[in-house]
Amino acid sequence: MKIHEFQAKDLLRAAGVPVLAGKVARTPEEAAAAFTALGTPVCAVKAQIHAGGRGKGSVIGSSQRGVELAKSAADAARIAKGLLGQTLVTIQTGPEGQVVRQVFVESGCQIERELYCAVLVDRRVGSPVLIASTAGGVDIEEVAAHTPELILSEPFDPDRGLAAYQTRVLSAKLGLPHTSWRAAEQFFRSLTKAFVALDASLLEINPLVLTKDGGMVALDAKMTFDDNALFRHKDIAALRDEAEEEPAETRAAAAGLSYVKLNGTIGCLVNGAGLAMSTMDLVKYHGGEPANFLDVGGGADVKQVTEAFRIILSDKHVKAILVNIFGGIMRCTTIATALVEASKTVGFNVPLVVRLEGTEVEEGKKILATSGTAIITADGLTDAAKKVVAAAAAV
Amino acid sequence: MSILVNRDTRVICQGITGKVGEFHTRGCLDYGTRMVGGVTPGKGGETIADLPVFDTVAEAVASTGANATMIFVPPAFAADAILEAVDAGIPLVIAITEGIPVIDMARVMPVVHASKSRLIGPNCPGVITPGQCKIGIMPGYIHTPGHVGVMSRSGTLTYEAVWQLTQLGHGQSTCVGLGGDPLVGSSFIDILALFEADPDTHSILMMGEIGGSAEEEAAEYVKHHVSKPVAAFIAGQTAPPGKRMGHAGAIISGGKGTAEAKLAALRDAGIEIAASPADMGTAMARAIAARKK
Repeated sequence: MKIHEFQAKDLLRAAGVPVLAGKVARTPEEAAAAFTALGTPVCAVKAQIHAGGRGKGSVIGSSQRGVELAKSAADAARIAKGLLGQTLVTIQTGPEGQVVRQVFVESGCQIERELYCAVLVDRRVGSPVLIASTAGGVDIEEVAAHTPELILSEPFDPDRGLAAYQTRVLSAKLGLPHTSWRAAEQFFRSLTKAFVALDASLLEINPLVLTKDGGMVALDAKMTFDDNALFRHKDIAALRDEAEEEPAETRAAAAGLSYVKLNGTIGCLVNGAGLAMSTMDLVKYHGGEPANFLDVGGGADVKQVTEAFRIILSDKHVKAILVNIFGGIMRCTTIATALVEASKTVGFNVPLVVRLEGTEVEEGKKILATSGTAIITADGLTDAAKKVVAAAAAV
Repeated sequence: MSILVNRDTRVICQGITGKVGEFHTRGCLDYGTRMVGGVTPGKGGETIADLPVFDTVAEAVASTGANATMIFVPPAFAADAILEAVDAGIPLVIAITEGIPVIDMARVMPVVHASKSRLIGPNCPGVITPGQCKIGIMPGYIHTPGHVGVMSRSGTLTYEAVWQLTQLGHGQSTCVGLGGDPLVGSSFIDILALFEADPDTHSILMMGEIGGSAEEEAAEYVKHHVSKPVAAFIAGQTAPPGKRMGHAGAIISGGKGTAEAKLAALRDAGIEIAASPADMGTAMARAIAARKK
């Protein structure tokens, strides 16, 4: 789950990570009031959307950038007006962009140097790591690709957190002045503690700023959370901003399904993430375009599978549906029963190709055959893919 | 021969009194697995599927001589269940549970590494040596005894591959589901080493997916340490960047973890590539035939 920058900064501030003072504004007037209240000569007015690259991104139909500096309250109001209700396109939003519903007005600071740091779980090391680089404020992936030696990585134990000596190793390699090492220790250690305590999956500070007076401060903050751990963080789960999410994906998540909307015409309903990805690959291999990724998971019941069909059918671009089930935990009888149920309650207005294999397959096929539901049955993957591509093309 | 499990493996189920745990315990029993008991705290003394239920793993091991466990404990308590199994000295711990918080697994990993236990999973279908022992949720009937070692990060995709192999007349020595989470107990490399050392495994089929770098590392290992023919498929070749495809690990970010990079590494290691998921069995057959020439 993603959250906004201002929400991440609230969480970081509470965890002892230095951030600048700031206020959220939902109208130009609020932005002006925020500027006055903050009382610094310069403020940054930042669009709050769940996507990065805002500084370089711009609003559709104007030259307004996603992040701009304001030197007066009127200035702040003008920038907020240029952003609020407008669609911001950045390198991460895709060409359709995202609507800006709120801005974050943040006080300025005197920047000495810009650095990069992030905390994430490194699969290869098998533990969380703190990553830092002298190349701040730029695309870190570019740095990783071209100058990997500029990327520093310190693994740490979740319970002990980053050791003090590790922060000194980082400070030395980052070339921080000795007078800032205590500030760096405080920053890095509180950041890694926050990562673990909040069950984050990514905590990225880009840029991390060394200020003129030797302090360390998180100028930007991007935070995503481990969905599997939200059950023990009700307060964080409450930060979810559904307006930022694809409605069908939100609906799927509520039903315990994993759904990603894509741009094709062939709806896919599959059990298991690997098989679901492979089914998309196969549809494409045979000349079709998948409309979605949908993994009903291992333990889905009839109600969840029915909801899955509803979600797929709510996409008006879907011209045919491919159901590919290889039963393990999931029993073919569950899918078959749900399919019959869905055809009664939802009604299929597009051709349905079904391929069943695995646990209780014969019983499942029997349920389908005797139900009277109009279904194109398929044997094996290739047969299923060919049939669904043909069915979609015929519509 | 085979790897990890055989007809002598004595298995308990942690979470045996849950609906899913009981269902699959019965499934394993039906397949012929030597299930010897189960564990659910607070339910010690009960009986499920004629098997004794214990309160703790230590008691279960002491009374049944179990040397493998399959874990169906709910995600919030699963990391603790893994630690309990490791502490009880069970050599093979197979965690089926899906949805364990990553930080919980980060706490478990060093304990597992410092122990003599091997962890498979979590978020995996389990391990099966066809005709001998099935520990997990895979449908037994699709497997047939033979000499192809199968390993994968994805459950149902493994079934698909196994089914294709069986239909082509290529039986399997052992099939291992590694799990789809970012942190899992065993990697492709761990299992490659076991398959390479197993005289009954003559060839190896692996299914990877986008995200991370486990496939590239496996390719590098195959290049230097594996003498047997290897075939591979990478799932998610058409997945758009930045979108997480179900598995926590399956995401292309910052141009890393792409199918192209993985396929290139696999090809470079002399591994036969399955072009589509319908081609996994035939790719293995091609790799075996090429070696016989």
